[in-house]
Amino acid sequence: MARLPERLGTVYKGGQGQWSWALHRISGVAVLLFLFVHIADTALVGFGPKFYNQVVHAYHNPVIRLLEIGLAAMVLFHALNGLRIILIDFFPKMADYHKQLFQIVVGLYIVLIVPAVFFMGRGFIRSL
Amino acid sequence: MLINGVNRLACKVLIKDLKQPIKIEPIRGLKVEKDLVVDMEPFFAQYRKVLPFLVNDEPAPERERLQSPEERARFDDTTKCILCAACTTSCPVYWSDDEYHGPAAIVNAHRFIFDSRDRAAHERLEILGDAEGAFKCRTTFNCTDACPRGIHVTRAIQEVKQAILFEKL
Repeated sequence: MARLPERLGTVYKGGQGQWSWALHRISGVAVLLFLFVHIADTALVGFGPKFYNQVVHAYHNPVIRLLEIGLAAMVLFHALNGLRIILIDFFPKMADYHKQLFQIVVGLYIVLIVPAVFFMGRGFIRSL
Repeated sequence: MLINGVNRLACKVLIKDLKQPIKIEPIRGLKVEKDLVVDMEPFFAQYRKVLPFLVNDEPAPERERLQSPEERARFDDTTKCILCAACTTSCPVYWSDDEYHGPAAIVNAHRFIFDSRDRAAHERLEILGDAEGAFKCRTTFNCTDACPRGIHVTRAIQEVKQAILFEKL
């Protein structure tokens, strides 16, 4: 059974491993929540194109566009960090290099997220 | 105990190396009895589950059960465990699920699973292959960082996971 710590409010000072795990979990849940919405909006096709188009049009809303950028950020982190976890899972020797692997993940993340945010951000600004 | 937010052995840490003021707390995931004292029994119960002893029913040879240096090196790292519980109580999975066997139990299983003289590897892999076993590990590496003996704990757990999947010893 899960047990709450007796003293809430103190945080264990873990390293990259602990924080990348926490981020992985948060981004995973965020992507899952989006998936529910996505399944719901796609299912609307069944009610005819007019209805579907109307609902999907809501995605042009600036708030949703901002959330879209967040979604891209979450998916990208989850994907890259997921590859790192797979590598460590299938090649135990990689466990000794997990910090370097995480640095590679961060590096790749920056390289990929900057153009994504640039182009999506441009769309967002135009939608205002 | 937790010293400035991380699991350390008080007997190994020098005050001069710590940032002031020093904050000490009892280890997490185990019930606090008083002050810094916790009930270690659940920790040892998990340890006992993995059969942490040599199992070999074959007739004993006249002299020692010989082992090559390479065979011995296979599990050298995990022989260093002193059962201090620094790894298990640094694990976020163990904090929220005390049914999880925890890093220390898996490390001690590793010590015998990869021992060429032992014959109960299959049994241990069966125990660690269940829902509360090695696959509960989410590779947060807190255990590896916390180990005062420098054991590559997460790597040992990953090797056990592989052994469960492929029975590759």
